[in-house]
Amino acid sequence: MSAAEIRVEINSDQDIVVARQKGRILAGELGFSSGDATLIATAISELARNIVSYARTGEIKLKGIHGSSRVGILVIASDDGPGIIDIRQALRDGFSTSGSLGLGLPGVRRLMDEFEITSQPGKGTMVAVKKWRQ
Amino acid sequence: MEVPILKQGAFLIATFQAALSDADLNHLRMGLVQQVVKFRSRAVIVDVTAMDVMDSFASRTLREIAHMIRLRGAETVIVGIQPEVAFAMVQLGLTLEGVATALDLEEGLAYLNEKFKVTN
Repeated sequence: MSAAEIRVEINSDQDIVVARQKGRILAGELGFSSGDATLIATAISELARNIVSYARTGEIKLKGIHGSSRVGILVIASDDGPGIIDIRQALRDGFSTSGSLGLGLPGVRRLMDEFEITSQPGKGTMVAVKKWRQ
Repeated sequence: MEVPILKQGAFLIATFQAALSDADLNHLRMGLVQQVVKFRSRAVIVDVTAMDVMDSFASRTLREIAHMIRLRGAETVIVGIQPEVAFAMVQLGLTLEGVATALDLEEGLAYLNEKFKVTN
């Protein structure tokens, strides 16, 4: 079930809505509670928003993880945008370079169980987050 | 997506749907402020019961709506934030500081009726 990967191209603010709706549906299919599905959908919304704000285009990949003892969801947000020069600073609450609230990444980290970011200035950013079913 | 704005006496009621894009929210922000001017409304109730995700942009827009409406001399009450949405907002560090909130539409109307009875 849900072994396939769902890809959502992010080109506009409308795609943010599409990505988080698909994420919520997948979370439901994987057996997440509606509360957890809300946290996942909110995290996807923030990640997709970062793509639109900083890189303009990119993609969100959604995938169910079926481990031996647990089930989870993997969300990967990637873009070929300007990248992040100081990742540590970007992960600090209150930091923003686009005049937004600057809560995106630290907030997403709190919403999910696992958080990984790789970014190369001038090449792009990839954020991979996981949440495990309780 | 069109957000219905209902006029109820001196109040306006805007009901948000689940799948509002940023453009919809921006459109609504302008629309609401214009309607407050047009109808000389005393208050606006924004009903977010149907919203399943309140991310940083949506909460910032709500705050901006409330501040603009206050500058017009009217008040905003946000009603119907769902429990899981409230939980996600707190995790994200999002606040609606300085904006009145109520459990649902009924409570929001009761709050405003009480408030404007006293000041009138």
